[in-house]
Amino acid sequence: MQWTTLFDIALGAILVNNFILAQFLGICPFMGVSKKMDTAVGMGFAVIFVMGLASALCYPVNLLLDSLGLSYMRTVAFILVIAALVQFVEMFLKKSMPALYEALGVYLPLITTNCAVLGVVLLNVQNSHNFIESVVYGITGGAGFLLAIVLFASIRERLEFAAPPKAFRGFPIALITAGLMALCFMGFQGLQIPW
Amino acid sequence: MNIFYAVLTLGALGAVFSLVLAIASKVFEVKTDARLAVILDCLPGANCGGCGYPGCAGCAAAIVAGEAPVNACPSCPGDQTSRIAAVMGVEVASVERRVAFVRCAGGNRAGHKFDKYVGIEDCVAAMKVAGNGTLDCAFGCLGRGTCVTACKFDAIHINERGVAEVDREKCTCCMQCAAVCPKKVIVSMPYAVDIVLPCANKETGKEAKGHCAISCIGCKLCEKNCPSGAITVKKNVAVIDYDKCTSCGTCVTKCPRKLIVDIHANGKVAPVVHEQ
Repeated sequence: MQWTTLFDIALGAILVNNFILAQFLGICPFMGVSKKMDTAVGMGFAVIFVMGLASALCYPVNLLLDSLGLSYMRTVAFILVIAALVQFVEMFLKKSMPALYEALGVYLPLITTNCAVLGVVLLNVQNSHNFIESVVYGITGGAGFLLAIVLFASIRERLEFAAPPKAFRGFPIALITAGLMALCFMGFQGLQIPW
Repeated sequence: MNIFYAVLTLGALGAVFSLVLAIASKVFEVKTDARLAVILDCLPGANCGGCGYPGCAGCAAAIVAGEAPVNACPSCPGDQTSRIAAVMGVEVASVERRVAFVRCAGGNRAGHKFDKYVGIEDCVAAMKVAGNGTLDCAFGCLGRGTCVTACKFDAIHINERGVAEVDREKCTCCMQCAAVCPKKVIVSMPYAVDIVLPCANKETGKEAKGHCAISCIGCKLCEKNCPSGAITVKKNVAVIDYDKCTSCGTCVTKCPRKLIVDIHANGKVAPVVHEQ
């Protein structure tokens, strides 16, 4: 059944194989923009947006490469597609949806070089997802990113008041926190729907 | 042959995308104002947020759009403000310089709930641990230095009495200190004033007296004696209207709490109170 497959993919992308906490992709925006809750939320939604679009666009590109027997050029081609896509989306939003453009702000161009976006399109190929599955995987992967970064940002906001030893202040304690969160997400490993 | 196909395919892909982007850049072109970059260059770039916009870029955009006045930036030196005014083609009336001011002089002269506070050295934390702060007075400066870390200009410090004190020379009135202060005890005031009244205690006279040795008790002696009518007591605390104040110093001599001081008389906000 199609729906259960999609649900399985969504569950996997959000919890079991969370892009940040289980696959360790996209760590740099995860560390970089998680100091404040509102920026974290902005980044999360920008990632959902770009991941969904990139999955959709890379599907036909992959078909093209496969038909020409150039599958080994996938990574290069996908980087090209993502970079062009983000540029295009930025220009499009600036013109036609200034409100959304302002909301996403600096995060949109930041995502151009985000490995989580490249990761999602490569994983789509690896798991031989069809078009709909690819898009669902992209959007839910972004939702997983949003979940992780929002949880992390809320912890970091409280961490501001903690008094760790001097050597641990700032990034070290944040990295340890991220590691502990990843450990927690290990609990989702092996979670499967029974049908 | 294989490499030929690869180069050709990727080249074609690249060409297609660049063509699409080139067309898109024309189709979706948004004209940005040339003045924006010049104004941004004039602003200090500290992104302090004192203007109320998100960072200097936000402020510059608001100035170009005409939403903000040319002197919207509180941290901008005068010559830069006039450059912005020149770019925008308007005259700037000479702007009154303002500074931040801590409406408290209590510190070790105020009553404390505990002999020693051992919590996290942060006002926000001190508020949480002790329930509305470590002082008996619910309005005073906690002196844990949250404002000190927030200041990007090194202009606010905890003085020897344990109260935050603004360095009026360094202060640019960005009001970041006021934004982080959990007691909301920091306000802005004109730079060129002599008389200050460092208290925000709204309690009645008896309570205020019991909680702090240098609190305003709302006795109205200053209000009654001010020749220019610049002082009013609102909610048990005297407030100076600097539009009317002539720095005559009558209130300084009349204040029974020795709270009102002339900062240029001895160069310091609030002298040590004499024990009776």
